[in-house]
Amino acid sequence: MSKPLIGVILGAVLGAIDGLTAWFTPEVRNELGGIVIGSTIKGIIAGIAIGFFARKFKSLPIGILFGSIVGALLAFPIALMQGDYYFQIILPGTLVGLIVGFATQKYGTSPATANS
Amino acid sequence: MKWLSDDKLNRLRTIVNDPDLSSTKYTFVKELGRGGMGAVYLAEDRELNRLVALKVLNTPDITDDLRRRMIREAQIIAGLEHPGIVPVHDVGTLPDGRIFYAMKYVRGLRLDEYATQGASLNDRLRKFQAVCDAVAFAHAHGVIHRDLKPQNIMIGSFGEVLVLDWGVAKTRQNFHQSVYKNPCQSASNQTLDGTVIGTRDYMSPEQARGEIDQVDERADVFSLGAVLKFLLSDKATKAAKAICLKAMADSPDSRYASATELSADIGRLLDAEPVLAYRENVFEKISRWVGKNRFLVLLILAYLLMRIFLIFTSRS
Repeated sequence: MSKPLIGVILGAVLGAIDGLTAWFTPEVRNELGGIVIGSTIKGIIAGIAIGFFARKFKSLPIGILFGSIVGALLAFPIALMQGDYYFQIILPGTLVGLIVGFATQKYGTSPATANS
Repeated sequence: MKWLSDDKLNRLRTIVNDPDLSSTKYTFVKELGRGGMGAVYLAEDRELNRLVALKVLNTPDITDDLRRRMIREAQIIAGLEHPGIVPVHDVGTLPDGRIFYAMKYVRGLRLDEYATQGASLNDRLRKFQAVCDAVAFAHAHGVIHRDLKPQNIMIGSFGEVLVLDWGVAKTRQNFHQSVYKNPCQSASNQTLDGTVIGTRDYMSPEQARGEIDQVDERADVFSLGAVLKFLLSDKATKAAKAICLKAMADSPDSRYASATELSADIGRLLDAEPVLAYRENVFEKISRWVGKNRFLVLLILAYLLMRIFLIFTSRS
Protein backbone atom coordinates (compact mmCIF):
# COMPACT_ATOMS: atom_id res chain seq x y z
CA MET A 1 0.00 0.00 0.00
CA SER A 2 1.35 3.43 -0.89
CA LYS A 3 2.09 6.02 1.79
CA PRO A 4 -0.50 8.57 0.52
CA LEU A 5 -3.15 5.81 0.50
CA ILE A 6 -2.31 4.87 4.10
CA GLY A 7 -2.53 8.57 4.96
CA VAL A 8 -5.97 8.91 3.29
CA ILE A 9 -7.41 5.78 4.96
CA LEU A 10 -6.05 6.50 8.43
CA GLY A 11 -6.86 10.23 8.15
CA ALA A 12 -10.46 9.47 7.10
CA VAL A 13 -11.02 6.86 9.85
CA LEU A 14 -9.48 8.94 12.65
CA GLY A 15 -11.18 12.11 11.29
CA ALA A 16 -14.58 10.37 11.35
CA ILE A 17 -13.98 9.12 14.92
CA ASP A 18 -12.84 12.62 15.84
CA GLY A 19 -16.10 14.06 14.44
CA LEU A 20 -18.26 11.39 16.10
CA THR A 21 -16.98 12.40 19.54
CA ALA A 22 -18.94 15.66 19.09
CA TRP A 23 -21.96 13.54 20.09
CA PHE A 24 -20.76 13.84 23.70
CA THR A 25 -21.08 17.63 23.50
CA PRO A 26 -24.86 18.25 23.76
CA GLU A 27 -24.63 21.81 22.40
CA VAL A 28 -23.43 20.64 18.98
CA ARG A 29 -25.15 17.23 18.86
CA ASN A 30 -27.74 18.37 16.31
CA GLU A 31 -24.92 19.35 13.94
CA LEU A 32 -23.23 15.96 14.24
CA GLY A 33 -23.62 14.98 10.55
CA GLY A 34 -21.91 18.12 9.31
CA ILE A 35 -19.18 17.82 11.93
CA VAL A 36 -18.44 14.19 11.01
CA ILE A 37 -18.31 14.98 7.27
CA GLY A 38 -16.15 18.05 7.84
CA SER A 39 -13.83 16.20 10.19
CA THR A 40 -13.50 13.28 7.76
CA ILE A 41 -12.64 15.62 4.86
CA LYS A 42 -10.12 17.36 7.11
CA GLY A 43 -8.59 13.97 7.97
CA ILE A 44 -8.39 13.01 4.27
CA ILE A 45 -6.70 16.31 3.34
CA ALA A 46 -4.22 15.91 6.21
CA GLY A 47 -3.63 12.25 5.23
CA ILE A 48 -2.86 13.15 1.59
CA ALA A 49 -0.46 15.93 2.61
CA ILE A 50 1.31 13.79 5.22
CA GLY A 51 1.39 10.75 2.90
CA PHE A 52 3.05 12.67 0.07
CA PHE A 53 5.46 14.25 2.57
CA ALA A 54 6.41 10.76 3.81
CA ARG A 55 7.09 9.75 0.23
CA LYS A 56 9.59 12.61 -0.15
CA PHE A 57 11.20 12.62 3.30
CA LYS A 58 12.09 9.39 5.04
CA SER A 59 12.48 10.42 8.67
CA LEU A 60 10.26 9.27 11.52
CA PRO A 61 10.76 12.35 13.78
CA ILE A 62 10.30 14.81 10.90
CA GLY A 63 7.25 12.88 9.67
CA ILE A 64 5.68 12.98 13.14
CA LEU A 65 6.46 16.70 13.49
CA PHE A 66 5.06 17.49 10.04
CA GLY A 67 1.92 15.43 10.75
CA SER A 68 1.35 17.23 14.06
CA ILE A 69 1.75 20.66 12.44
CA VAL A 70 -0.59 19.82 9.54
CA GLY A 71 -3.16 18.40 12.00
CA ALA A 72 -2.98 21.53 14.16
CA LEU A 73 -3.10 23.92 11.18
CA LEU A 74 -6.17 22.23 9.69
CA ALA A 75 -7.95 22.17 13.05
CA PHE A 76 -7.22 25.84 13.77
CA PRO A 77 -9.66 27.45 11.24
CA ILE A 78 -12.42 25.08 12.41
CA ALA A 79 -11.83 26.13 16.00
CA LEU A 80 -11.82 29.74 14.78
CA MET A 81 -15.21 29.21 13.06
CA GLN A 82 -16.64 27.64 16.20
CA GLY A 83 -15.35 30.59 18.18
CA ASP A 84 -14.90 28.32 21.16
CA TYR A 85 -13.54 24.84 22.03
CA TYR A 86 -10.01 25.73 20.77
CA PHE A 87 -8.38 23.15 23.02
CA GLN A 88 -11.00 20.46 22.29
CA ILE A 89 -10.59 20.86 18.52
CA ILE A 90 -6.88 21.64 18.04
CA LEU A 91 -5.46 19.03 20.44
CA PRO A 92 -7.26 16.01 18.87
CA GLY A 93 -6.50 17.34 15.37
CA THR A 94 -2.81 17.55 16.27
CA LEU A 95 -2.80 14.03 17.69
CA VAL A 96 -4.55 12.65 14.60
CA GLY A 97 -1.87 14.32 12.45
CA LEU A 98 0.84 12.85 14.68
CA ILE A 99 -0.58 9.32 14.34
CA VAL A 100 -0.94 9.65 10.56
CA GLY A 101 2.60 11.09 10.39
CA PHE A 102 3.96 8.10 12.29
CA ALA A 103 1.98 5.53 10.30
CA THR A 104 2.96 6.92 6.89
CA GLN A 105 6.65 6.91 7.83
CA LYS A 106 6.57 3.46 9.37
CA TYR A 107 4.28 1.64 6.94
CA GLY A 108 3.53 1.75 3.24
CA THR A 109 5.82 1.58 0.26
CA SER A 110 7.48 4.32 -1.73
CA PRO A 111 7.53 4.00 -5.53
CA ALA A 112 10.74 2.33 -6.75
CA THR A 113 13.34 4.76 -8.01
CA ALA A 114 14.63 3.98 -11.48
CA ASN A 115 18.38 3.72 -11.98
CA SER A 116 19.61 5.97 -14.72
CA MET B 1 68.12 -48.91 33.62
CA LYS B 2 66.64 -45.44 34.09
CA TRP B 3 62.86 -45.04 34.01
CA LEU B 4 61.28 -42.01 32.36
CA SER B 5 58.94 -39.89 34.45
CA ASP B 6 55.24 -39.61 33.55
CA ASP B 7 55.75 -36.00 32.49
CA LYS B 8 58.50 -36.98 30.06
CA LEU B 9 56.43 -39.87 28.75
CA ASN B 10 53.45 -37.58 28.14
CA ARG B 11 55.69 -35.07 26.40
CA LEU B 12 57.10 -37.80 24.13
CA ARG B 13 53.59 -39.07 23.40
CA THR B 14 52.50 -35.54 22.39
CA ILE B 15 55.51 -35.12 20.10
CA VAL B 16 54.76 -38.43 18.42
CA ASN B 17 51.10 -37.48 17.95
CA ASP B 18 51.78 -33.97 16.64
CA PRO B 19 51.93 -33.84 12.86
CA ASP B 20 55.33 -33.41 11.20
CA LEU B 21 54.89 -30.19 9.25
CA SER B 22 58.58 -29.82 8.34
CA SER B 23 58.01 -30.15 4.60
CA THR B 24 55.14 -27.66 4.57
CA LYS B 25 54.88 -23.91 4.95
CA TYR B 26 53.07 -24.37 8.28
CA THR B 27 54.33 -24.30 11.85
CA PHE B 28 52.51 -26.34 14.45
CA VAL B 29 50.91 -24.28 17.26
CA LYS B 30 48.50 -26.54 19.13
CA GLU B 31 45.81 -29.16 18.78
CA LEU B 32 42.26 -27.80 18.46
CA GLY B 33 40.19 -30.95 18.36
CA ARG B 34 39.96 -34.55 17.31
CA GLY B 35 37.28 -36.39 15.36
CA GLY B 36 36.68 -39.88 14.04
CA MET B 37 38.79 -39.53 10.93
CA GLY B 38 41.08 -36.61 11.60
CA ALA B 39 42.48 -34.13 14.05
CA VAL B 40 42.39 -30.37 13.68
CA TYR B 41 45.46 -28.33 14.62
CA LEU B 42 46.15 -24.66 14.85
CA ALA B 43 49.14 -23.80 12.68
CA GLU B 44 50.87 -20.72 11.38
CA ASP B 45 51.21 -20.15 7.66
CA ARG B 46 54.78 -18.82 7.48
CA GLU B 47 54.41 -17.44 3.94
CA LEU B 48 51.26 -15.45 4.53
CA ASN B 49 51.94 -14.91 8.23
CA ARG B 50 48.51 -15.97 9.41
CA LEU B 51 46.95 -18.65 11.56
CA VAL B 52 45.12 -21.50 9.87
CA ALA B 53 43.29 -24.61 11.00
CA LEU B 54 44.89 -27.79 9.65
CA LYS B 55 42.85 -30.93 9.39
CA VAL B 56 45.07 -33.99 9.26
CA LEU B 57 44.02 -37.54 8.55
CA ASN B 58 44.69 -39.26 11.81
CA THR B 59 43.90 -42.93 11.72
CA PRO B 60 46.46 -45.71 12.28
CA ASP B 61 45.68 -47.52 9.02
CA ILE B 62 45.65 -44.98 6.23
CA THR B 63 44.24 -46.53 3.10
CA ASP B 64 43.96 -45.01 -0.36
CA ASP B 65 40.21 -44.77 0.16
CA LEU B 66 40.69 -42.68 3.32
CA ARG B 67 43.13 -40.43 1.47
CA ARG B 68 40.60 -39.99 -1.35
CA ARG B 69 37.87 -39.21 1.17
CA MET B 70 40.01 -36.55 2.80
CA ILE B 71 40.81 -34.93 -0.55
CA ARG B 72 37.17 -35.18 -1.49
CA GLU B 73 36.17 -33.39 1.74
CA ALA B 74 38.60 -30.57 0.94
CA GLN B 75 37.29 -30.39 -2.62
CA ILE B 76 33.69 -30.24 -1.42
CA ILE B 77 34.42 -27.32 0.91
CA ALA B 78 36.59 -25.58 -1.68
CA GLY B 79 33.74 -25.87 -4.18
CA LEU B 80 31.32 -24.14 -1.83
CA GLU B 81 32.40 -20.52 -1.82
CA HIS B 82 29.94 -18.91 0.56
CA PRO B 83 30.40 -16.56 3.55
CA GLY B 84 28.70 -19.18 5.74
CA ILE B 85 31.01 -22.05 4.77
CA VAL B 86 34.57 -22.17 6.12
CA PRO B 87 36.99 -21.73 3.18
CA VAL B 88 39.80 -24.16 2.33
CA HIS B 89 43.15 -22.53 1.50
CA ASP B 90 45.40 -25.45 0.71
CA VAL B 91 45.68 -29.23 0.52
CA GLY B 92 48.83 -31.36 0.76
CA THR B 93 50.63 -34.45 2.04
CA LEU B 94 52.80 -34.75 5.16
CA PRO B 95 56.18 -36.56 5.02
CA ASP B 96 54.52 -39.63 6.61
CA GLY B 97 52.00 -39.79 3.77
CA ARG B 98 49.05 -38.36 5.66
CA ILE B 99 46.77 -35.96 3.78
CA PHE B 100 46.02 -32.56 5.29
CA TYR B 101 44.14 -29.49 4.27
CA ALA B 102 44.37 -25.94 5.59
CA MET B 103 41.27 -23.88 6.21
CA LYS B 104 40.39 -20.56 7.76
CA TYR B 105 40.94 -20.48 11.50
CA VAL B 106 37.67 -19.20 12.95
CA ARG B 107 37.98 -17.26 16.18
CA GLY B 108 34.76 -17.33 18.11
CA LEU B 109 32.31 -19.66 19.78
CA ARG B 110 30.57 -22.85 18.80
CA LEU B 111 26.79 -22.40 18.46
CA ASP B 112 26.17 -24.44 21.63
CA GLU B 113 28.56 -22.19 23.58
CA TYR B 114 27.04 -19.06 21.99
CA ALA B 115 23.52 -20.16 22.99
CA THR B 116 24.52 -20.55 26.63
CA GLN B 117 26.05 -17.06 26.77
CA GLY B 118 22.75 -15.23 27.05
CA ALA B 119 22.07 -14.40 23.40
CA SER B 120 18.47 -13.26 22.90
CA LEU B 121 16.03 -15.52 21.09
CA ASN B 122 15.91 -13.15 18.10
CA ASP B 123 19.72 -13.17 17.87
CA ARG B 124 19.76 -16.95 17.98
CA LEU B 125 17.09 -17.12 15.29
CA ARG B 126 19.07 -14.72 13.06
CA LYS B 127 22.16 -16.90 13.44
CA PHE B 128 20.05 -19.96 12.71
CA GLN B 129 18.71 -18.29 9.57
CA ALA B 130 22.31 -17.71 8.44
CA VAL B 131 23.02 -21.43 8.97
CA CYS B 132 19.95 -22.30 6.87
CA ASP B 133 21.18 -19.99 4.09
CA ALA B 134 24.64 -21.61 4.06
CA VAL B 135 23.10 -25.10 4.00
CA ALA B 136 20.67 -24.03 1.26
CA PHE B 137 23.67 -22.83 -0.78
CA ALA B 138 25.35 -26.22 -0.36
CA HIS B 139 22.13 -27.99 -1.37
CA ALA B 140 21.88 -25.83 -4.47
CA HIS B 141 25.38 -27.07 -5.36
CA GLY B 142 24.45 -30.70 -4.78
CA VAL B 143 26.02 -31.17 -1.32
CA ILE B 144 24.18 -32.60 1.69
CA HIS B 145 26.02 -32.05 4.99
CA ARG B 146 24.54 -35.03 6.93
CA ASP B 147 26.05 -34.02 10.28
CA LEU B 148 24.57 -30.63 11.17
CA LYS B 149 24.68 -29.96 14.90
CA PRO B 150 25.53 -26.96 17.13
CA GLN B 151 29.09 -28.28 17.59
CA ASN B 152 29.67 -27.99 13.83
CA ILE B 153 28.58 -24.37 13.64
CA MET B 154 30.87 -21.50 14.62
CA ILE B 155 29.90 -17.94 15.45
CA GLY B 156 32.86 -15.70 14.61
CA SER B 157 33.97 -12.78 16.72
CA PHE B 158 32.15 -10.37 14.35
CA GLY B 159 28.94 -12.40 14.47
CA GLU B 160 29.61 -14.27 11.22
CA VAL B 161 28.19 -17.79 11.04
CA LEU B 162 30.25 -20.66 9.59
CA VAL B 163 29.23 -24.24 9.00
CA LEU B 164 32.11 -26.67 9.56
CA ASP B 165 32.96 -30.35 9.24
CA TRP B 166 31.80 -31.48 5.83
CA GLY B 167 33.62 -34.80 6.32
CA VAL B 168 30.54 -36.99 5.88
CA ALA B 169 28.85 -34.83 3.26
CA LYS B 170 27.04 -36.56 0.44
CA THR B 171 27.30 -35.17 -3.05
CA ARG B 172 24.70 -35.40 -5.74
CA GLN B 173 25.24 -35.51 -9.49
CA ASN B 174 24.97 -31.74 -9.99
CA PHE B 175 27.88 -31.19 -7.57
CA HIS B 176 30.26 -33.01 -9.89
CA GLN B 177 29.01 -31.00 -12.84
CA SER B 178 29.26 -27.64 -11.08
CA VAL B 179 32.42 -28.08 -8.99
CA TYR B 180 34.88 -30.58 -10.43
CA LYS B 181 36.61 -29.38 -13.56
CA ASN B 182 37.39 -32.97 -14.45
CA PRO B 183 34.80 -35.41 -13.09
CA CYS B 184 37.27 -38.31 -13.45
CA GLN B 185 39.33 -36.81 -10.64
CA SER B 186 36.44 -37.04 -8.21
CA ALA B 187 36.86 -39.59 -5.52
CA SER B 188 34.35 -42.24 -4.66
CA ASN B 189 31.59 -40.79 -2.54
CA GLN B 190 29.72 -44.00 -2.07
CA THR B 191 28.56 -44.87 1.41
CA LEU B 192 27.22 -48.36 1.74
CA ASP B 193 23.51 -48.75 2.46
CA GLY B 194 23.02 -49.59 6.14
CA THR B 195 25.85 -47.33 7.30
CA VAL B 196 24.65 -44.89 9.95
CA ILE B 197 26.15 -41.43 9.44
CA GLY B 198 25.52 -38.41 11.63
CA THR B 199 25.00 -37.59 15.29
CA ARG B 200 22.22 -39.39 17.14
CA ASP B 201 20.23 -36.43 18.49
CA TYR B 202 20.45 -34.51 15.23
CA MET B 203 20.06 -37.16 12.55
CA SER B 204 16.89 -37.79 10.56
CA PRO B 205 15.02 -41.10 10.97
CA GLU B 206 16.10 -42.22 7.48
CA GLN B 207 19.76 -41.58 8.42
CA ALA B 208 19.31 -43.44 11.69
CA ARG B 209 17.93 -46.42 9.77
CA GLY B 210 20.96 -46.32 7.49
CA GLU B 211 18.82 -45.72 4.39
CA ILE B 212 21.59 -43.90 2.54
CA ASP B 213 19.65 -43.75 -0.75
CA GLN B 214 16.73 -42.01 0.98
CA VAL B 215 18.93 -39.26 2.45
CA ASP B 216 18.43 -36.02 0.58
CA GLU B 217 18.22 -32.28 1.39
CA ARG B 218 15.32 -32.94 3.74
CA ALA B 219 17.61 -34.96 6.03
CA ASP B 220 19.58 -31.73 6.57
CA VAL B 221 16.25 -29.92 7.10
CA PHE B 222 15.55 -32.40 9.93
CA SER B 223 18.98 -31.72 11.47
CA LEU B 224 18.36 -27.97 11.14
CA GLY B 225 15.06 -28.50 12.98
CA ALA B 226 16.96 -30.29 15.76
CA VAL B 227 19.46 -27.40 15.92
CA LEU B 228 16.51 -24.98 16.13
CA LYS B 229 14.99 -27.06 18.93
CA PHE B 230 18.30 -26.77 20.78
CA LEU B 231 18.26 -22.98 20.32
CA LEU B 232 14.65 -22.44 21.42
CA SER B 233 13.93 -21.88 25.06
CA ASP B 234 10.86 -23.19 26.86
CA LYS B 235 9.30 -19.75 26.45
CA ALA B 236 9.37 -19.95 22.65
CA THR B 237 6.14 -19.05 20.87
CA LYS B 238 3.81 -21.69 19.48
CA ALA B 239 4.78 -20.57 15.97
CA ALA B 240 8.49 -21.18 16.70
CA LYS B 241 7.75 -24.60 18.15
CA ALA B 242 5.57 -25.44 15.12
CA ILE B 243 8.44 -24.57 12.76
CA CYS B 244 10.62 -26.93 14.75
CA LEU B 245 8.05 -29.73 14.59
CA LYS B 246 7.51 -29.30 10.85
CA ALA B 247 11.27 -29.38 10.17
CA MET B 248 11.62 -32.49 12.35
CA ALA B 249 8.66 -34.42 10.96
CA ASP B 250 9.29 -38.17 10.72
CA SER B 251 8.32 -38.30 7.08
CA PRO B 252 10.56 -36.26 4.75
CA ASP B 253 7.46 -35.32 2.73
CA SER B 254 5.96 -33.57 5.78
CA ARG B 255 9.08 -31.45 6.36
CA TYR B 256 10.02 -28.19 4.67
CA ALA B 257 11.01 -29.08 1.13
CA SER B 258 14.26 -27.11 1.44
CA ALA B 259 16.45 -25.19 3.84
CA THR B 260 15.43 -22.04 1.94
CA GLU B 261 11.77 -22.66 2.88
CA LEU B 262 12.76 -23.17 6.50
CA SER B 263 14.85 -19.99 6.44
CA ALA B 264 11.91 -18.07 4.93
CA ASP B 265 9.60 -19.24 7.73
CA ILE B 266 12.18 -18.15 10.34
CA GLY B 267 12.30 -14.77 8.56
CA ARG B 268 8.51 -14.48 8.83
CA LEU B 269 8.72 -15.38 12.53
CA LEU B 270 11.33 -12.65 13.09
CA ASP B 271 9.20 -10.11 11.19
CA ALA B 272 6.11 -11.06 13.25
CA GLU B 273 4.39 -12.34 10.10
CA PRO B 274 2.25 -15.51 10.00
CA VAL B 275 4.41 -18.63 9.51
CA LEU B 276 3.60 -21.53 7.19
CA ALA B 277 3.99 -24.11 9.95
CA TYR B 278 1.33 -22.73 12.27
CA ARG B 279 -2.28 -21.67 11.73
CA GLU B 280 -3.08 -19.08 14.36
CA ASN B 281 -6.53 -18.20 15.72
CA VAL B 282 -8.06 -14.70 15.71
CA PHE B 283 -6.74 -13.81 19.19
CA GLU B 284 -3.22 -14.89 18.27
CA LYS B 285 -3.44 -12.84 15.05
CA ILE B 286 -4.52 -9.76 17.02
CA SER B 287 -1.86 -10.34 19.66
CA ARG B 288 0.85 -10.69 16.98
CA TRP B 289 -0.38 -7.54 15.19
CA VAL B 290 -0.43 -5.56 18.45
CA GLY B 291 3.04 -6.83 19.33
CA LYS B 292 4.35 -5.81 15.93
CA ASN B 293 2.68 -2.37 15.96
CA ARG B 294 3.10 -1.58 19.64
CA PHE B 295 3.90 2.10 19.15
CA LEU B 296 0.99 2.76 16.79
CA VAL B 297 -1.39 1.00 19.22
CA LEU B 298 0.00 3.13 22.07
CA LEU B 299 -0.55 6.30 20.03
CA ILE B 300 -4.15 5.37 19.22
CA LEU B 301 -4.75 4.48 22.90
CA ALA B 302 -3.28 7.85 23.91
CA TYR B 303 -5.62 9.54 21.43
CA LEU B 304 -8.67 7.71 22.80
CA LEU B 305 -7.65 8.50 26.40
CA MET B 306 -7.27 12.15 25.46
CA ARG B 307 -10.74 12.05 23.86
CA ILE B 308 -12.29 10.54 26.99
CA PHE B 309 -10.48 13.13 29.11
CA LEU B 310 -11.84 15.96 26.91
CA ILE B 311 -15.39 14.59 27.07
CA PHE B 312 -15.34 14.50 30.87
CA THR B 313 -13.69 17.92 31.25
CA SER B 314 -16.17 19.57 28.84
CA ARG B 315 -19.09 18.14 30.88
CA SER B 316 -17.83 19.33 34.22
